[in-house]
Amino acid sequence: MAHRVGRAHSMGFQVFVAFSPWNLLLLLVALECSEASSDLNESTNSTTQHEPNVQFAAASSEPDENIPVFVLDYDYVQIPYEVTLWILLASLAKIGFHLYRRLPGLMPESCLLIIVGALVGAIIFGTDHKSPPVMDSSIYFLYLLPPIVLEGGYFMPTRPFFENIGSILWWAGLGALINAFGIGLSLYLICQIKAFGLSDVNLLQNLLFGSLISAVDPVAVLAVFEEARVNEPLYMMIFGEALLNDGISVVLYNILIAFTKMHKFEDIEPVDILAGCARFVIVGVGGVFFGIIFGFISAFITRFTQNISAIEPLIVFMFSYLSYLVAETLYLSGILAITACAVTMKKYVEENVSQTSYTTIKYFMKMLSSVSETLIFIFMGVSTVGKNHEWNWAFICFTLVLCQVWRAISVFALFYVSNQFRTFPFSIKDQCIIFYSGVRGAGSFSLAFLLPLSLFPRKKMFVTATLVVIYFTVFIQGITIGPLVRYLDVKKTNKKESINEELHIRLMDHLKAGIEDVCGQWSHYQVRDKFKKFDHRYLRKILIRKNLPKSSIVSLYKKLEMKQAIEMVETGILSSTAFSVPQLAQRIQGTKRLSPEDVESMRDLLTHNMYQVRQRTLSYNKYNLKPQTSEKQAKEILIRRQNTLRESMRKGHSLPWGEPASAKNIRYLSFPYGNPQPASRHRRVAEFTDNDSSDSELPSIMFKEHSQRDLPQERYPTQEIIPMKSLYRGRKPTNFRYQRNTSQEEHVGQGRRAALRPKPLFRAVDEEYESGEESAEEASAIGPGWPPEHRPSREHHKSHSPLLRRK
Amino acid sequence: MGSRSSHAALIPDEDSLRRETGFSQASLLRLYHRFRALDTNKKGYLSRMDLQQIGALAVNPLGDRIIDSFFPDGSLQVDFPDFVRVLAHFRPADDEDAGLRDPREPEPLNSRMNKLRFAFQLYDLDRDGKISRHEMLQVLRLMVGVQVTEEQLESIAERTVQEADEDGDGAVSFLEFAKSLEKMDIEQKMSIRILK
Repeated sequence: MAHRVGRAHSMGFQVFVAFSPWNLLLLLVALECSEASSDLNESTNSTTQHEPNVQFAAASSEPDENIPVFVLDYDYVQIPYEVTLWILLASLAKIGFHLYRRLPGLMPESCLLIIVGALVGAIIFGTDHKSPPVMDSSIYFLYLLPPIVLEGGYFMPTRPFFENIGSILWWAGLGALINAFGIGLSLYLICQIKAFGLSDVNLLQNLLFGSLISAVDPVAVLAVFEEARVNEPLYMMIFGEALLNDGISVVLYNILIAFTKMHKFEDIEPVDILAGCARFVIVGVGGVFFGIIFGFISAFITRFTQNISAIEPLIVFMFSYLSYLVAETLYLSGILAITACAVTMKKYVEENVSQTSYTTIKYFMKMLSSVSETLIFIFMGVSTVGKNHEWNWAFICFTLVLCQVWRAISVFALFYVSNQFRTFPFSIKDQCIIFYSGVRGAGSFSLAFLLPLSLFPRKKMFVTATLVVIYFTVFIQGITIGPLVRYLDVKKTNKKESINEELHIRLMDHLKAGIEDVCGQWSHYQVRDKFKKFDHRYLRKILIRKNLPKSSIVSLYKKLEMKQAIEMVETGILSSTAFSVPQLAQRIQGTKRLSPEDVESMRDLLTHNMYQVRQRTLSYNKYNLKPQTSEKQAKEILIRRQNTLRESMRKGHSLPWGEPASAKNIRYLSFPYGNPQPASRHRRVAEFTDNDSSDSELPSIMFKEHSQRDLPQERYPTQEIIPMKSLYRGRKPTNFRYQRNTSQEEHVGQGRRAALRPKPLFRAVDEEYESGEESAEEASAIGPGWPPEHRPSREHHKSHSPLLRRK
Repeated sequence: MGSRSSHAALIPDEDSLRRETGFSQASLLRLYHRFRALDTNKKGYLSRMDLQQIGALAVNPLGDRIIDSFFPDGSLQVDFPDFVRVLAHFRPADDEDAGLRDPREPEPLNSRMNKLRFAFQLYDLDRDGKISRHEMLQVLRLMVGVQVTEEQLESIAERTVQEADEDGDGAVSFLEFAKSLEKMDIEQKMSIRILK
C-alpha cells in the first residue's frame, strides 16, 4: 500500500489548466537547477578564494585576517536540504496534478510521482551529483514504511472490512502466497533454460524475487475508477488486499532472506520448510496480537488526557510506532502490528480525544505517509536513471508475463472457492476488476532495492526487472483500468431524459437508498452483535472517558449551527441561475408550451441542483478527510427541516398535508441527562401523525434515545416526547450505550437527535440529553439553533451522514 | 444461520407471508431480525419513531415520506407482515416465473406496476389517485437544494406535470405516470439486491 491516489477537486481552475502544469514543470526544473547549481557550487567552494572581505569558509581554514562575512557550507545541510527539496517538488507536482481536473481520473497518482522521481533522477544523473544516501534498509523499514502502513490502517473503514474479513484474509493471504510461490517457481524453471544465461539464479533467489514482486498496491487504482459505482464488498477486497499485502510480502521476504542466509540451497530440508510455515503464521498472528495490545493501551491512556490535549496526537503516534518497533524486535510482523494497533485504537481514541487533536492526528498521519511515499518514489526515479541496470530480456519479459498470469490464476481460483461461501458472491466482472488492479508500487521496489548484494550477485537484474514491472503496471494498467471499469459497468445511455424522468429517477434513487437503510446491513450481524455487546459492556467502560459538563457543548452547537443556517439562508437567497421562462404568464395560461431551450435550461437546473443520493459505496480520498458535497448536502437537508419547523411554529399554523389528521397528538422526544445536572426531567410521549408536517418538509426527525438506561429518569411510558431536531456529532461517531444491542446501523451515524416540533399545543418541555458516553470535548458537533421560545437546555447534535463519519 | 429453524417458529404465519411476498425463508428471517432490532421496547410493532431512529433516513430528502409509506391510511403501527409487505415491493423480480404466473392470482408485490404504484404514492399524498401540480411542487422542493428559487421550482413543477399529463386535467394520474416512465428500467431502479 505504498501509495494512494487522490481525487480531483473541481476548483474551477480550468482557465489555468492549460499552462499551469507546464508552469509548474518549469518551476520544478528551476528548482532542480538551483539544486544542481548549488551542488556544483559545493565542488568549487573549497577551491575558490574571493576578495578578502567576502570569503568562503573552506574545510581547512586557517585563521584569516577578516571575519568571514558570507559563508556557505553545503555539506552541513546537504541531506535535509535535498530531501526537503524533493518533497517540495513532489508536492508541487501533486498540486499541478490535481489542478488539472481530468488528470486524476485518467491515471493513478503514482504515475505522476514516478515521473517526478525520474525527473529528479535525470537531473541528478545529469549533474553527476552523488545522491545522498538516504535510502537503506534500516531507514526504509524504520522510518519510511511505518507511516504508510499506519495511514492505511487508520483510515480503513472498519465495518465493511470486518464483514468481509473472511474473504479478505483468504484472498490476501493465500493470494500473496500463491503469487509469490507461483512466480518464483515459474521463474526458476525459466532460469533453468540455459539459453537465457540465468542459470546462476537459484531457487531461493527466485522465490524471494517472486515474493517481492507479488506485493501489489491496488489502492493506487481505486481513485481511478471511483466514478463507476464499485460496490462495497469489491472496494473492501481491494482495500483489504492492499492492507494485508505489504505485511505478508514483507514477512515472506524476511523469512526467505533468513533462509538464504542460513542455509545453502542444498541443505534445506522439509523440516525447515515446515518451520518456515509455522514461523509465517506466528509472525503474522503475533504481530496482530501486539498491535491490539498497544491499541488498547493507547486508547486507555487517551482517556486521561483531557487536560493536556496537545499531547494526544503524540500518544497516538508514539504508541503505534512503538507497536511496530516492539514487533520488529521480536521478529514479528511490524506492519501487521501497526495496522492492528491503528484499527483497534481508532474507535476509542476518536471518542476520547478532542476534536482538534482528532483532526491533527488525521492530517499528520496523511502528511507523514505522503512524505514517505514521495521519498520512496523519488528513490525509484533516481534509481531508474543511472548505470545500475542489468537488462536481461528473458528475465524481464517472463517476469511481466508471469505476474499477470499468476495473478489471474490466483484471482479466479480463489474467488471461485470463496464465492461458494459468500452470501453475495463476486461476479466475474468484479473478479476482472480485481485482477486488473494488480498494480505494483513502491513496496516492491523498496524490497528489491534492499536486497543484500552479498547474497544476490545479480541484484541489478532484479532491480531492473522490478522497475520494469512497476512502470508497466502503473502506467499501462493504471491508465487503462479506468476505461475498462467504465466499460464493464452497466452504463446507462447518455441520452437526455425528460424532466419527468429525471425527477422520477432521482426520486426512486432516494427511495431505494432509504429502503436500503430501513433494511440495514445484514451480513454476519450476529458476530458483530456479540462483539458490540462485549465492547459496550466492558471495553468502553474502561477505555472511554467520562463525560464532561454540557454547557460548552451546548453553546458551541448553537454557535455552529447558527452560523451555518445563516450561511445557508444567505446563499439561498442570493444565488440565482439564468432562467428565462415567463413564469407568470405560464401560470395564467396553464398549458403554455415552453421552448426547447427553456426546457433544456430547466432540465440542467434540475440536474445540477437535486440532492445527490447517498452513496453506498465508499470513497477513499487521500487528500481530503471528508467528502464535502454529501456532508454539505446532509447538513442542508437537516437545516432546512429545522428552519421549516421553526417557521411553521412561528406562524403557528397546523400544516395541512395529506389527509386530515385524525389524532392530533404530538410526539415529543426528550432525553435524560446522563450526568448529575439538576435539570428537570419531563418526558412525554405521544403519538403523532404525519399530517402535522409542513408542506414541503417533514420536520419530524425523531430520535428516541434509548430510554431504558441505567438512569433514574424512567418515566418513559407515560410521557410525551418532543421530536427534536437531531444532530449527530460531526465526524465522530458517538457510540451510545445500548440497552439492547441492536444491530442497527444507526450506530454509525450516532448521536442523539431531537427534532423540534412546532406545534402550537406544544408545551415547553425540557429535553434532557443523554450524553452518557460522549466525551465533552466533542464540541465540534453542530447543533441547530432552537427557537427562542424554548428553554436553552436543549442540545442537539448535528447529524452526520453515516458514511461520512470518517474518512 | 444455524439457528434458523428455531427462529422460524417465531415468525407468525410464515408460510402465507412467504407466499404473499415471495421472500425466501432466509430473507424473511433476516427481515424479522431487523424488525426486532428496530423495534425498541419490544412492542411487537414499529412506530414512526422507531423508523425515524434510522440515521440515514434523516439525511435522505425523502426520509419522512419513506417512513410514511410504511404507515398507510394514517395508522400508527406497522406490524411485521405489513413491514414485509412494503419491503416486498423492492424484491428483485423473479424472471423465472414471469411466464408461469397464474393470471388469476393477484400480481406479485414486486411487479413493475406495483413498484410504480409504490413510487406514485410518494407523490400523491392525498391519495386521490392524481399528482397535482402542488404535490409535484412539494416533492421538488424536497429534492432540490436551496439554490433554486421558488419561481424556478414552480415552473419545473409545471413543466413536469405538463409533460406527463395527457388528458389535460392538470394532474398526473397513475396511468399517465406509468406511461411517462415506460422507457425506464424500473426493475433495476427499485430493486434491492439483498432482498432476494
